[in-house]
Amino acid sequence: MIPVTLNGELRELDLDPNMPLLWALRDHLGLTGTKYGCGTGECGACSVHLDGVPVNACVTPLSAVAGKTVTTIEGLSPDGRHPLQLAWIVEEVPQCGYCQSGQLMVAAALLTAHPRPTDAAIDAAMSGVLCRCGTYTRIRRAIQRAANPEARDG
Amino acid sequence: MVDPPENVRLTRRALLKIGALAGGGLVLGMALPTRAAPLPDAADAMSARTLPIPADPSADFVPNAWIRLQGDGRIQLVLARSEMGQGVMTTLPMLLAEELEVGLDQIEVALAPVGPDYVNRFLGAQATGESTSLRDAWTGLREAGAVARRLLINAAAATWEVPETECQARRGRVHHADGTRSLAYAELAVLAAGLPVSEPSSAPIPLKSSDAWTLIGTRPRRLDTPLKVSGQARYGLDVRLPGMLYATVERCPVLGSRVRHWRGEAARAIPGVVEILMVRHGVAVVAETSWAALRAREILEVDCRPSINGAADTARIRARFRAGLTGRAALAHRQGDVSAALDAAHRQIEVVYEVPFQAHACLEPMNCTADVKPDRCAVHVPTQDQQGVQETARRLTGLPAERIAVHTTLLGGGFGRRREQDFVIDAVELSQLLGRPVQVIWTRADDLRHDFYRPMTLHRLRGGIDEQGQLTAWFHRIVGPSLFARARPSEMSEGLDPTLIAGAANLAYAIPHRRVEYRRADTPVPVGFWRGGGHTQNAFVTECFLDELARLAGQDPLDLRRTLLADRPRHRQVLELAAERAGWSAPPTTGRACGIALAEAFGSVIATVAEVSASADRVRVHRVVCAVDCGQVVHPEIVRAQIEGGLVFGLTATLKGAITLSDGRVEQGNFADYPLLRFDEMPAIEVHLVQSDAAPGGVSGLGTPPIAPAVANALFALTGRPVHGLPIAPSAF
Repeated sequence: MIPVTLNGELRELDLDPNMPLLWALRDHLGLTGTKYGCGTGECGACSVHLDGVPVNACVTPLSAVAGKTVTTIEGLSPDGRHPLQLAWIVEEVPQCGYCQSGQLMVAAALLTAHPRPTDAAIDAAMSGVLCRCGTYTRIRRAIQRAANPEARDG
Repeated sequence: MVDPPENVRLTRRALLKIGALAGGGLVLGMALPTRAAPLPDAADAMSARTLPIPADPSADFVPNAWIRLQGDGRIQLVLARSEMGQGVMTTLPMLLAEELEVGLDQIEVALAPVGPDYVNRFLGAQATGESTSLRDAWTGLREAGAVARRLLINAAAATWEVPETECQARRGRVHHADGTRSLAYAELAVLAAGLPVSEPSSAPIPLKSSDAWTLIGTRPRRLDTPLKVSGQARYGLDVRLPGMLYATVERCPVLGSRVRHWRGEAARAIPGVVEILMVRHGVAVVAETSWAALRAREILEVDCRPSINGAADTARIRARFRAGLTGRAALAHRQGDVSAALDAAHRQIEVVYEVPFQAHACLEPMNCTADVKPDRCAVHVPTQDQQGVQETARRLTGLPAERIAVHTTLLGGGFGRRREQDFVIDAVELSQLLGRPVQVIWTRADDLRHDFYRPMTLHRLRGGIDEQGQLTAWFHRIVGPSLFARARPSEMSEGLDPTLIAGAANLAYAIPHRRVEYRRADTPVPVGFWRGGGHTQNAFVTECFLDELARLAGQDPLDLRRTLLADRPRHRQVLELAAERAGWSAPPTTGRACGIALAEAFGSVIATVAEVSASADRVRVHRVVCAVDCGQVVHPEIVRAQIEGGLVFGLTATLKGAITLSDGRVEQGNFADYPLLRFDEMPAIEVHLVQSDAAPGGVSGLGTPPIAPAVANALFALTGRPVHGLPIAPSAF
């Protein structure tokens, strides 16, 4: 049994400790919001928070999450109204949307660490998540909007 | 493109198609022959939250339709195109809603089954691609909305016993002019459905004039965004069916090679593995979970037959293409006498350009889920070609088309890749063999190594200028594999592949003597549709060559283009707008330079200016300014997003990877060796839209063609060294 706090709930996972967290989430726990993109930690589509820090779930074995806290896109906010989710809607960020769970999770960890990130900090945080649709410019705007409470609702 | 008169007659044929839904309601079809087809999934089929397991398709049949007014008040608008990021889930319902007089907040989007009503006239199939969806839908969907609105008004008028002219439709209700009475569409639907079929009305139903539009031209929020920011959006890989197995297929790495034998004892011993078996495309590992299948596949031993393709590599393909740069070819365009004009030219140049194979690299790898039963089949798939999926399943199962339901999920990128059927074949074949639902998952390596690539092409261009510096002669020979010979053979004519010559044969510039040729040179590498299509190669080549000619003539690249576009006001307008907004005439920042390029594609015109700098290890694109004339704009923000997206797609092909072949195998297998543009490499982007009353043009593929030449021309301006191939190697500057 692997104990893990998943989206705020303590779970005991009866799964192979070598299994990547990605497949446990998607195939065993019904949390398909975390995406498979490359399987080798190169695209960031599977980004989740492990004790608040973004990791690629596709290269994180369950053994590495034992006793820790995992947050997925489904647990980012109780009602889908995280400031980033709202900013993503206002800035019309998603196109195909497939990478956006990963983008949001990485951006959320950035804002937790740096509530008012500089452009350089945004670049550094976000350059590990690939978007084939080219939504990067809007992602930047949405992060800046979410980081600036006065601009949030505009 | 000119629209037909914007009105529609309420024809007997249209009226005949009005019928009551089982639950009481109005179904309105288009004026095409209809036949029974499976009921579309619920409007929110793409939401994991409400994931409906598809009903037994034999249980319910309804006529094809665009608008479904349910007795319970729900207004469903049918979407017959695939949402892959380009926004059709919002823009196409906007066309219906505009004329039906409902708000986007009042509707549900229902997904179309496969049926003749839903054929895309540009593609001749129920398919999505080549930047056609909005162009195809523009008149027909508005007409469908207008006819429905008229019927509802008629029903209200009949109820109140007042003239129809005293009734007005607004936000899902018909109001009487006296201001005291109104009826909801839901109340009217039953009545409208019961109206007697009448002879054709003599009065045409006019479509709303553009100044009466309340939706078209505005920017309502995309309907798919809430799902996509909450993890609820359902893509192909998110399909979960009871009893479903997961499968992955080991294909032979040498393109076209077949499996000789395989050993799976060790793989079969992995817990969760259910079956290992040979299928058409390779050896399939089937398991209870994705991970078990993927793990087992890693230790599967597969031995492939030697293939004649085993020696194929990029250098050999290049050599073959080079041989095709001279000798016989098909004539794509001829005007004047280019040989004589070149002979007579004061100065002339010849350049050979090379453009490589490119992969699609959709972030969601190819996948498909099939559930084949003895008497029916359901395919859940992120596809751009529903009709093709149905046909594939029909061929493999032998079931009649009406027993095959195609459920389209959201697409995690398409870009033309998802018009193919290879991943569908995997899933249908496996489900049929195993008698259970099967989801086939391609790995990233499968996806990159077994793509239908954007064709590699070589180009030889010759140009001549006279003593006055006028461009008088233009010769362009294109050499590359044919895509249409496989995909749409009926559209091949006289050895010409329309997509390979797109944007080259029909060059907008006025040049008195011009000849364009195509020499087909097929290779073992499968080729397919790609964002922007043949325009992406040809815009790069022609726009770069034009800058070389401008240099030869001692002219500014913008001035030369202006001169050559004297009788093309639409092209000149975007060119001048992009140049003005980019500050073309101002001296550039030290160490930077600007390049400009123009493209006409999909009924739209775009000009792009890129500002770049270069160092020993890096070409940096700082800023890109686009000016776009895509006719009437349905949703300006989605148009801008599409231009941005197409531009970034093209920038990846300009600056990053290429697909190469060695020993018959594609060499790239993940994002480490096929890199995509990253967040910190993004230029600042401005997109300016030109006001236009023309019918809408396509935009999804529009941003891609001009970015490579704009960047290349900027580098040429910066360094004096022209770019003759893609991707651009920083070491060259």
